[in-house]
Amino acid sequence: MRRLTLLFAFALSLTAPVAVSAQEAGKVSTFALDNGMDVVVIEDHRAPVVVHMVWYRAGSADERPGASGVAHFLEHLLFKGTDTLAPGEFSATVAANGGSDNAFTSFDTTAYHQRVAADRLGLMMKMEADRMVNLRLSEADILTEREVIIEERNMRVENSPGALFREQKNAALYLNHPYGTPVIGWRHEMEQLDLDDALAYYRQFYAPNNAILVVAGDVTPEEVRTLAKEHYGPLPANPDLGDRARPTEPRHLSERRMTYTDPRVSQPYITRSYLAPARTSGAQQEAAALAILSQVLGGGQTSVLTQKLQFESRVAVYTDAYYDDTTLDASSFTLVVVPAPGVSLEKAEAALDEVLAEVIAEGIDADQLDRIKFQIKASQIYALDNPASIARRYGNALTTGLTVDDVQDWPDVLQAVTGEDIVAAAQKVFDRRQSVTGYLMAPDAQTPQQEVTQ
Amino acid sequence: MIRRFVLAFGMICAGFAAHAEIEIQEVTSPGGFKAWLVEEPSIPFVALEIRFLGGASLDAPGKRGATNLMVGLLEEGAEDLDARGFAEARDGIAAQFRYDVGDDTVSVSAKFLTETRDEAVDLLRSSLVSPRFDEVAIERVRDQVLSGIRSDATDPDEIVGDAFYGLVFGDHPYGTNQNGTVESVTALTRADIVDAHRAALAQDRIYVGAAGDISAEELGALLDKLFSDLPETGAPQPADVEVQTEAGVTVVPFDTPQSVAIFGHKGMTRDDPDFFAAYVLNTIFGGGGFEARLMHEVREKRGLTYGVYSYLSPREHAELMLGRVASANDRIAETVDVIRDEWTKMATEGATPEELERAKTYLTGAYPLRFDGNAPIARILVGMQMDDLSPDYITTRNAKIEAVTLEDVKRVAGELMKPDELRFVVVGQPEGLEATVGQ
Repeated sequence: MRRLTLLFAFALSLTAPVAVSAQEAGKVSTFALDNGMDVVVIEDHRAPVVVHMVWYRAGSADERPGASGVAHFLEHLLFKGTDTLAPGEFSATVAANGGSDNAFTSFDTTAYHQRVAADRLGLMMKMEADRMVNLRLSEADILTEREVIIEERNMRVENSPGALFREQKNAALYLNHPYGTPVIGWRHEMEQLDLDDALAYYRQFYAPNNAILVVAGDVTPEEVRTLAKEHYGPLPANPDLGDRARPTEPRHLSERRMTYTDPRVSQPYITRSYLAPARTSGAQQEAAALAILSQVLGGGQTSVLTQKLQFESRVAVYTDAYYDDTTLDASSFTLVVVPAPGVSLEKAEAALDEVLAEVIAEGIDADQLDRIKFQIKASQIYALDNPASIARRYGNALTTGLTVDDVQDWPDVLQAVTGEDIVAAAQKVFDRRQSVTGYLMAPDAQTPQQEVTQ
Repeated sequence: MIRRFVLAFGMICAGFAAHAEIEIQEVTSPGGFKAWLVEEPSIPFVALEIRFLGGASLDAPGKRGATNLMVGLLEEGAEDLDARGFAEARDGIAAQFRYDVGDDTVSVSAKFLTETRDEAVDLLRSSLVSPRFDEVAIERVRDQVLSGIRSDATDPDEIVGDAFYGLVFGDHPYGTNQNGTVESVTALTRADIVDAHRAALAQDRIYVGAAGDISAEELGALLDKLFSDLPETGAPQPADVEVQTEAGVTVVPFDTPQSVAIFGHKGMTRDDPDFFAAYVLNTIFGGGGFEARLMHEVREKRGLTYGVYSYLSPREHAELMLGRVASANDRIAETVDVIRDEWTKMATEGATPEELERAKTYLTGAYPLRFDGNAPIARILVGMQMDDLSPDYITTRNAKIEAVTLEDVKRVAGELMKPDELRFVVVGQPEGLEATVGQ
C-alpha cells in the first residue's frame, strides 16, 4: 500500500513527469493574435466537449510587497460583475449551458477555465474576454469576498498543522524571492486587502498580451482562430506590461533547520527542501535529470526511499520525493520521511541522508531507470485520455517561461537522461547549505504549552 | 453473448446541440461473468473498473479494519512475486492498478497498455486471486494504517465524519470508521486478513465496466481469467439500518480555529420513484454550484464560508441527505442558523420556477459532458450496473430530469427535508453554539 491519508498535498508537487508524444503533438496547434495573445489548441474529437482556459502570466509572486494574497483575491473577484454581467452571472451562465467553471492561482499564474459543450465555446470566449477588461467591483463585493478567502485560508492552512508547517518552511527556503510568501497570502495582509490593491493588480496584468488561450477538445484550430479573433482580437494590448523581473535568490551559505510543534500533530515527520533549478527554455536537461531523480527516490513501491527505508530498514512508514520542474524562477526539491513507531525524527533524518549519499556514491540502477522511462512513455498514452490535463501542461509551461517547442521536446529530453546525469544533478542540488530541514511534531508532554503557536 | 446498444443522446433544452454517441456492449464471458463495454480503439489502452459489493461493511465482529488492511495488501505480493517483485513487474509494463475500499465496495481500477495487456491481466489476476499476505508486508502496511488512524484522530475533517456516522448508525458497520481503531487493527492476524479476502472478493458480487482498446471477445476471455479462480460466494451482506435523527447540535470540542460541520438526516433510496425530483431539489438547494441556495446564502451573501454543499447519499443499507460546511469558530453559529432557516424554507415553500428551470438546464446539459474519456466511461458503466439501471438509461435520463415539475419538487421537499430531524455535528471550538441534550 502506498497511499497514506497524511496531507502531503504540497502545492507544488510533481506526481509523474508526464510528457507529450509524437502522436499527441500532431493534435496540438499554436498561433498568436495581433494583440499578442497566444493560443494553443489541443484536438480531441471523441466527445462533444471543450475545455476553455485563459492563463495569465501573473501569479502571487508578481504581487507588490505587502499585498500578499491579492492575486488570489482578484481571482475570486473576477466572478463578480462586469459592465454587462451581474455578480454571479458568469458562473450562472456557464451552468445554464450545462458547463462547469472555476479558476486557480499559483506562484506564477492565474487561470480561468470552463468545461462546456463544444458549441458553447464562443459564449465562453465572449464572457472571458469581457472580464479581462471590464471588471466592475463594489466595496460590498470586496468585503464579503475577503471574508470568503479568509475562510478559505482557515480551511486550507489554519486548520492543518501540516499546511502551517509547509508555509513556514517555504518562507525559510527562499531568502529573497517571493516564492517564500504563500499563494493564499499571509493572514494579516489578507485582512487589509482592499479595492485599490485588487484593481492595481488587475490593470497591470490582465491584458491579452499577458494571456494565453488554451482550448482542448472537440474543436478545430480554424474554429478557435475565428472565435478568438472575434472575441479576444479587439482587446487592446497593455503597452506598459513590464518584464517579470522578481527579486532573485542570493547565494545560500547557511543551512536552515526548523521545528514546528502543534498539539494537532499525531504523526510527526521530517521534510527537507533544497533549492533546485526548474526547466529553462532550450536547456531542460538538468530539470529532466531532477524530474527522474524524484521518481528514482520517491516514485512508488520500487523507488529507492521506499525500498531502503520502508522495506529494508523499516525506519519509515511513508517516504516521498517531490520536484516541480515547471516554475518561472528557482524551484525546490523536497524529501519526506514519516518515521515508523519508535523511530525518532533525528534517526529518520540520518537514514534519509544515508540513502542520498548512497545514491550519489552507487549511481542509478539501470533496470529502475528503464522502468521509469517506460512509464513516462506510457503516461503519454494515458494522458491522451484526458485532454484537459494536456491543456494544463501547456498553460503551466507557457506561463513559466517555456515555449511550445520546450513542451514538445520534453519527452525526448527525459528519455535522453542517463544515470550519470541524475547523479550529477543530485550532487549539485543536495547541498545542505541551500536547504531547509523541518521537523513537524506534537509538543512533548513535559514541554510547556507556550511553544505552541496555534 | 453480446447485446449492443447504440445510444445517441441529444439535449432537449432549446438551442442546445451537445450530442454524444456511445455504444454500450453487454458482454457475458464464456464462464458467465458479465461486464459492460464501450469499445474505443483510438488510444491503445484499456480502463477497467471492477467492484465487489460489500466492502468494509463485511468486517467480521471484532475485526474492524480487516477488509481495509486486506485491500491495502493486494498489491504487496502475489503467487511467486513478493511485494517488490510485484511492483517491479507492474511498473515494468507501466500498468496502473488502484485498489480501494469503501463501506459498500472493494474497487479495483486498472489501466494497461494494449501492447502489454496479457502480462497486466496475469498480474492483476494474481493480486485478486492469490495475494500472498506475507507477514512482513502485513506488518509494514499495518504500520501505515495505524499511522493514518493516529493522524485522523486529530484531523477535524475526519473527527466530524466519525462523530456524525457514529451518532446516526450506532452499531451498524456504517457507524464506525472502516480503517478500524488502533486496538482492532493491532490485533488483526494473518488469518483475519485471509478471511476478509475470502469474504469480500467472490464471484457472487462482481460488477465490471470497461472502456478502450479491447473487443467484446477479448474482454470475455479477460473476465474468465481474472475471476474464475475466486470463490463462488463470499460473506453475507450486512442488514439495512433505519436512520433516525433528532434535531439539534452535537459539539465535539477540538482546539482548531475553524469549526467543521456535517449536517443531515434520513434521505432517499436510489430506486425511489421520487429520486429524480429529490436530485433536482438538492441541486437547487445545495448542489456544488454558486447558484445553489446554500452557496448563495452562506458564502456569496454573508462570506461565512469557502464552501457549503448538500447531497443525497443513498448507500446499500441506508440513505442520508447530508451537507458539509466550515466556518471560523466565531462565525459557525451564524452559519448553522442560516442553514437551518434555509432547510425549513425549502421544506415548506419548495423552489421557484426559475430555480427549477436553471437546475434542469444545468443537469441535462452537464450529463453528456461526463462521458469524456475511457476512465470516466468505465466508472459510469460500473455505477449504472450497481444502481440496477439498463444501458438505455443514458438516453432516458435527461427526460426524467425534464419531467420533474414544480409541484414534485415542493411535495418531495416537504417529505424529504425535515427540519425537526436536522442534526448538526460540529468539531471545533464554536462560539455561541449550544449543544443539544440527547442523541
